[in-house]
Amino acid sequence: MQYMQSRIWLEEPEPDNPFAARVSYCHGYDVYGEMLGRASWADMIHLLFRGEAPSPSARAALDILSVALANPGPREPSVHAAMCGGVGGSVAAASLMAALAVGAGSLGGAREVALAMEVWRACGKDLEAWRARWANPPSQAPSVWASPAHPVGFDPHGMSTSTPVRQTLTQLAALEASSRAAWLLDHLPEIERAAGHPLALTGVAAAALGDLGFSPEAGEMMFLLLRLPGAAAHALEQGGFGHKRFPFYEIDLEPSSESQAG
Amino acid sequence: MSGPLLLAQAVGRIRSRVGAVFIGSHAVFRGKDLHAELGDAGWLDLYLFGITGRRFSAPKLRLLEAMWTYTSYPDARLWNNRVAALAGTTRSTGNLGIAASLAVSEAKIYGQKPSYRAIEFLVRLRAHIEAGGELGPLVERELSEHRSVGGYGRPVTGGKDERIEPLLKLARSLGLADGPHLKLACAVEEYLASSGRARLAMNYAAVIGGLSADIGLSPREHYFFLFPLLLTGMVPCYRDAAERTAGTVLPLPCDGVAYVGVPKRRWTNAGGPQAAPSKRRG
Repeated sequence: MQYMQSRIWLEEPEPDNPFAARVSYCHGYDVYGEMLGRASWADMIHLLFRGEAPSPSARAALDILSVALANPGPREPSVHAAMCGGVGGSVAAASLMAALAVGAGSLGGAREVALAMEVWRACGKDLEAWRARWANPPSQAPSVWASPAHPVGFDPHGMSTSTPVRQTLTQLAALEASSRAAWLLDHLPEIERAAGHPLALTGVAAAALGDLGFSPEAGEMMFLLLRLPGAAAHALEQGGFGHKRFPFYEIDLEPSSESQAG
Repeated sequence: MSGPLLLAQAVGRIRSRVGAVFIGSHAVFRGKDLHAELGDAGWLDLYLFGITGRRFSAPKLRLLEAMWTYTSYPDARLWNNRVAALAGTTRSTGNLGIAASLAVSEAKIYGQKPSYRAIEFLVRLRAHIEAGGELGPLVERELSEHRSVGGYGRPVTGGKDERIEPLLKLARSLGLADGPHLKLACAVEEYLASSGRARLAMNYAAVIGGLSADIGLSPREHYFFLFPLLLTGMVPCYRDAAERTAGTVLPLPCDGVAYVGVPKRRWTNAGGPQAAPSKRRG
């Protein structure tokens, strides 16, 4: 028999059925026997991704982030995508898959968070390093991902730091004086000047997820996960309203290039 | 124009260069009437026209279609196909299972990512050589920066790629096997072998990348052409699983997962976890 390996999960079977778990351990803790009723959602998320229960400030940071990211709102493209599923009566998972796909990219999505976390890795809390980064951004290796056309973690269409971005950053910064979030809040005007754009929620999430010790890859996953509740709720809502109350919008056809033989 | 003014211009309207449906009347597909002007087009012909805005000759369409055909493996062990099979055995919908299987095919060690890397590298290599550069240094730089060359080497099995010779045979029969990118793909393999890296033999991604580039597809166009590359193997995996008793495809007993993590410990009330001595089990 071939085996998978896991550092995360251990299951012991019921005596009468090797396919039914009697007890399940997450990084050594008995999930159903001891954690249930005592541990919070944030505790479980931190344990799964980081392998340890969170400190009080890490737990608070995860709670803040979970609430801040839970619903990007119906104007946001990933939620819009989920609503396209909901309004047409697509199966539930399709609406969430739509939200994940549209919310995965480098403009406002999980890819942007991962790339912004890479910037933190490279620049840390060194203002000059941030300035140099935005003055000469490194080229991206050729890949299936389109290269971001703006400084990741910042809003290319923004005029000033939006109130929710500042409120989220302020809440996170208050938890730990030595955190990335606190440093970012302290240096926000200089950082935004260097980037040429106001900070976005993706930039706040990148700082917070870095403070929590998440790798860019884990941060990308977390961002995808944490934004699903709003997508689900709005998909259901639009399904209830029905397609006649969901805009179809107008289309302007522009000239198409002439076809050529290949 | 930038910022909110730029966004305000686009509110409530989609601008399109590719088409629209005029319900009850007709549909425009890249400037042509879909039913009146493109009604005789085959699906692949139309698909490529949608991607590129160009039409391709019958021999080129035949070769491109064969690129899909020759890697249609209904083997549920393959990771993307396994997703389809697991969706079948858990009685998810076919659409969800296949869509997820396709999404999973955009993988790092097989499927879309190495295929994109392969054609991008071959196009870049050709430009490099036409500008007077040499093959060896660019291959070495690729290895140094990425620890691999897209299109060379094969995960899991390593050895010969059984898809290559049938595809090249067809390409030769169609007169499409003499293009510069395919020749470069072969030259890279020879270079790697002669520099002690015979394990990095040319795989399917390099061959289809070279052939596609010679047909005239850009790396981005090739990427979209490849979207259904592995689709044909997925649906049989889903259906086979769905026709068996639910839950019987790859059931895992508890001891099918080997635990290699920290020992058991206690989660105590209110204060969260507490270290406790316990024997490692599992």
